[in-house]
Amino acid sequence: MRSLLYVMTFMTVIGAAFWAYHENYKTQDALGEAQAVRAEIRDSRARLAVLKAEWAYLNRPDRLRDLAEVNFDRLGLMALKPDQFGRVDQIAYPAPPELPITDPVEISSAGATE
Amino acid sequence: MIRTPLRPLARILDARRKGENPDAIERENLRIRHEQMRDAARSRAEGRLLVMAVMFFCAFGVVGARMGTLAASEAEEPRAQATGASIIASRADIVDRHGRVMATNMETFSLYAHPQHMVDPHRTAAKLVSIFPELNEERLRKDLTGKRKFMWIRKKLSPEQKQKVHDIGEPGLLFGPREMRLYPNGALAAHIMGGASFGREGVHSAEVIGTAGIEKFFDENLRDPAREGAPMELSLDLTVQAAAERVLLGGMKLLNAKGAASVLMDVHTGEVISIASLPDFDPNDRPRPLTEGDASDSPLFNRAVQGVYELGSTFKVFTSAQALELGLVNPNTVIDTSPPMRVNGHPIGEFAGKNYGPLSVSDIIIKSSNRGTGKLALQIGSKRQQAFLKSVGFFDPVPLQIVEATGGQPLLPPRWSDISTVTISYGHGISVTPLHLAAGYAAIANGGHYVQPTLLKQDGPKLGPRVMSERTAGQSLDMLRKVVTKGTASFGEVPGYFVGGKTGTADKPKRRGGGYYKNKVINTFASIFPTNDPKYVLIVTLDEPVETSGRKPRRTAGWTAVPVAAEMIRRVAPLLGLRPDIETRHLTDIINTSN
Repeated sequence: MRSLLYVMTFMTVIGAAFWAYHENYKTQDALGEAQAVRAEIRDSRARLAVLKAEWAYLNRPDRLRDLAEVNFDRLGLMALKPDQFGRVDQIAYPAPPELPITDPVEISSAGATE
Repeated sequence: MIRTPLRPLARILDARRKGENPDAIERENLRIRHEQMRDAARSRAEGRLLVMAVMFFCAFGVVGARMGTLAASEAEEPRAQATGASIIASRADIVDRHGRVMATNMETFSLYAHPQHMVDPHRTAAKLVSIFPELNEERLRKDLTGKRKFMWIRKKLSPEQKQKVHDIGEPGLLFGPREMRLYPNGALAAHIMGGASFGREGVHSAEVIGTAGIEKFFDENLRDPAREGAPMELSLDLTVQAAAERVLLGGMKLLNAKGAASVLMDVHTGEVISIASLPDFDPNDRPRPLTEGDASDSPLFNRAVQGVYELGSTFKVFTSAQALELGLVNPNTVIDTSPPMRVNGHPIGEFAGKNYGPLSVSDIIIKSSNRGTGKLALQIGSKRQQAFLKSVGFFDPVPLQIVEATGGQPLLPPRWSDISTVTISYGHGISVTPLHLAAGYAAIANGGHYVQPTLLKQDGPKLGPRVMSERTAGQSLDMLRKVVTKGTASFGEVPGYFVGGKTGTADKPKRRGGGYYKNKVINTFASIFPTNDPKYVLIVTLDEPVETSGRKPRRTAGWTAVPVAAEMIRRVAPLLGLRPDIETRHLTDIINTSN
């Protein structure tokens, strides 16, 4: 009876140790992964900052104005003027599409008397 | 353990036989036993003490070792923390009111050297000079071959330069990561941005600190990690600012002005939508301040905020407004503006020696009569005039959120005599900044409240204390509108925007004192638009402009600042989303024909 208890205890210790090591490795893996993700976030953030700066730099008013002048022949862009404000009813909206004919009626003049 | 009996029979019998006292044996044995017990107890106690000592030693050793490693190791972020947002250490961006970037950070590298690791310092020095021509080769050679263990070579490198340095292949040249401040719009709103430079520098990083403008004013705030990178939203509108600067530059060039400034402000919130001062500079490469000469000649000088000028007749409307407010006059009260008028022995003259004769208060503003406003001011009196000007903030620097704002201290007369009261009523003898004037005109435009100009985006009207009644403000607004429709600012009319405003032409005072220049003027146009529902106030100031299309050079604001301001309104108002009101019929246009 006693030896059985010893064996059981020994097995339990081995099992617990195995489980502890297993959990430890899983934690290490998770930490490594988290670190990698964090590094990726950091890099993405840095890249985003650079892209934002570049976007702002490319869209700086001086450059846009110069581009508008250079491409005036093609685009004809001018500064916004007060007389460019219009009213909604001055806009020529496209005509509404005709309703589809779902129930056609055959009309023929073949049998007409007059 | 076998206990020794206290009275061993053999020894007792032996002692009895010899006639000794057997109790002595018992006492002797008892003594020995006690000594043994004492020794055992002592050794056990000693053992326990030793164990305790070892335990304490280990515990303190662990604490000490941990402290040592914490102190000696590099700090790193905790790996197992589950928080979402990690600390963002970089300086917060600055964006305009629509979120467009005005200042941001860029990653770059600095270059430093460890001369003791150099393989070939002479070749390295020569190569470095070929990459960075501004370095002194002689000096570099001396530094690299000398005893120094560490030296900075460049604070910022472009990626191309970094590659070239890398290609030298010298192990003693090292790169340190750097964050630098970038102003992608260049000189746009340069005076507000100010600039930034490096503070404390280490190999791995360097502090970016603001050196001027809003960067310095909000330095702590921008660097605060608790912001978590949230950008600082300004009240400026990038597009409007660009258009305003463009128009102002054009006007300045056309009119041969030395400098120019403009302020566009929301009259209800006090938000400064655009503020420009020319000439300007690039905050990415901030020039050094002038070491000699006049600071106001430097491009760093912010004319709109730091430049205190006598703004001339633009002040007249404050005098008339106060006279109306005090009930001394109404807009139709007639005042005789004929000469002569002498105050404390000084003659008060009109522009070009004119004589307007009797004028209504309204016409005094429209025609810009010095004598008329002077007489109003004498009725008001110096005490009440001072109190009013103080209430619209003309006695203190405007608390705008840039460090330079404290430099805009108005110049007031040392003694406020009657002659000061009269000259100040038409804007001479008091020097304020264009921004002060904007705040003053905003009070007229928003119905009589002082608003404090601000550079930060606001979420609603921020009306301050009332400085005049709504009625007075309305009457003053009518007068300002008439100045444009039939007065000195006729070039200021922009169809659909009902511009109202007042011109101001002031001779520049000589720098060393002793009167005024004959042909150097400051021209100002202070305008409000649209006057039927005032939203914005625009101040345009030109420094030494001259209009030369006529036979004689013209230097009045009506010919210089007004057309520039009108063009600015024409450009800027649509950008602000203001729709021109052309079709509405106004009561003034309806003429009653039937009786």
